[in-house]
Amino acid sequence: MIVAVASGKGGTGKTTVAASLALVAAEKGPVQYLDCDVEEPNGHLLLHPAWEHRRAVTVPVPVIDRDKCNFCGRCAQICAFHALAVLPDEVLVFPELCHGCGGCQYFCPMKAITENKREIGCVETGQSGAIQFVHGCLQVGEAICTPLIGAVKEQAAPGTLTILDAPPGTSCPVIKTVTNAGFCILVTEPTPFGLHDLRLAVKMVKKLGIPCGIIINRSDGQDQLIVEFSRDMHIPVLFRLPEDRMVAEGYAGGMPAVTVRPAWKPLFQNLLDGLEAGKQCVS
Amino acid sequence: MRELVVLSGKGGTGKTSICGSLAVLAANKVLADCDVDAANLHLLLEPEIKSSSPFYGLPKAQINDDLCLACDLCAHLCRFNAIRGQRVLTGNCEGCGVCYHACPCEAVEMLPHIAGELHLSKTRYGPLVHANLGVAEDNSGKLVAAVRKKARQVAEAEKKELIITDGPPGVGCPVISCLSGIDLVLVVTEPTLSGMHDMERMLDLADFFNVKAVVCINKWDLHPGNTESIEASCRRRDVPVPVRLPYDQIVKEAACRAQPVVQYGSGPVVDGIVALWDELRTRLV
Repeated sequence: MIVAVASGKGGTGKTTVAASLALVAAEKGPVQYLDCDVEEPNGHLLLHPAWEHRRAVTVPVPVIDRDKCNFCGRCAQICAFHALAVLPDEVLVFPELCHGCGGCQYFCPMKAITENKREIGCVETGQSGAIQFVHGCLQVGEAICTPLIGAVKEQAAPGTLTILDAPPGTSCPVIKTVTNAGFCILVTEPTPFGLHDLRLAVKMVKKLGIPCGIIINRSDGQDQLIVEFSRDMHIPVLFRLPEDRMVAEGYAGGMPAVTVRPAWKPLFQNLLDGLEAGKQCVS
Repeated sequence: MRELVVLSGKGGTGKTSICGSLAVLAANKVLADCDVDAANLHLLLEPEIKSSSPFYGLPKAQINDDLCLACDLCAHLCRFNAIRGQRVLTGNCEGCGVCYHACPCEAVEMLPHIAGELHLSKTRYGPLVHANLGVAEDNSGKLVAAVRKKARQVAEAEKKELIITDGPPGVGCPVISCLSGIDLVLVVTEPTLSGMHDMERMLDLADFFNVKAVVCINKWDLHPGNTESIEASCRRRDVPVPVRLPYDQIVKEAACRAQPVVQYGSGPVVDGIVALWDELRTRLV
């Protein structure tokens, strides 16, 4: 089963929840942790995997054969992403803008365009106890991250519990991560920011048709607005994690929440039991 | 005119809380919220929307059944798995138009696609340009560019000297779109391993685009050792770290009352933000 952990707002505790869930699951059997926040991957800072393998992830980019090119401009005209500009005796390629659609190559009347591979980041895998750890890391300066998220998700092993740590937001990187998940945990905090972005995140998972549940992190007892919202939307509040300075300090130093507070483990275990039994899967 | 953008790499370090306070402290400016995925600055500023306009993403393909001969060339050429059984899966379509150009019977149309909304609002602190990207949409970088363009137009028309922009988390497309041609980036970080890791990537990105940076450490007393590591790293990079802001529940209380923290209360956090603004102001001149 694939379980995604998303939030809308950044910094609400996605990685805290995902890492704790993986650690608790690993006490019973094998589990995969896939960090899909490739712009800012942080799961490894809590789970400390021993790295075993690194693979470069590439995207196709056009290469112009100047001997064949007649500078007709067709490629630049086709390109919806403005990744090519044709001057009287020069073709400029802007690789960061290229989506790799292949249009320029297909339509070039002189067959002057081939494709080369350009590295945008890497997928690294390793082991942290019984947790198989995978993350993607986007090279700084690269704009397009969805192919890298796709490469991370290819590592999902069918038949194993796979936990996806999603990036913040509700746009393409999150969609790429959450699509095909069996369940989505939405982590929020009891502030107007948390609630506002939770609304967006709920709209997103509903649009994708994925069942979801809410975890209220850093709860101070003043979370009525979130509880009311979840009731209105018929989404279960799975559990609350209290505001806890010790947990925040532990996180600062790279210690997962359930290591700081072992008493929290049953919350995650109950959630795992519920997911396995299919009880939480009410949209 | 000067442009200051507030970024962080990691989400939830306090970008919006600090931006809301800078909105109170700075004079004669336009505010812009470029976290178009999950915009929150408006929650602190009680905006009154003056005008809204649709934001068009790249057009999406649609197949006209009457003209389609089901040759499947489009599906064969599409690299985004957006065509199945002569139907376009709009969510996968990136708008490249390869199918449109390739179709032998001109059965593919590229339809305009509204991907979000752009707003110009009035707040008691000055004009605010903000946006909301439709849920599950792409092209956030393009919408960021549209917000910034609108903010510059407003600043010129109203003779404002400064644009303060609240940015998105991450280092990808929308963040890159925030960085072009700005004067200064304020990187808000926290002394957690994640905060530090992400700040380093953010500063690398600022270097990559040749933008000057200032770092502010939020919740510094959560881990004094990490705070010192951040300051040491910034010294090596020659990036100033003018203030440390303490971990204080007042920030959350202010957010829960939908107010900028410098407006809501007083104490070390407020003093720190005031000192931060003094420092930023001298660097923006």
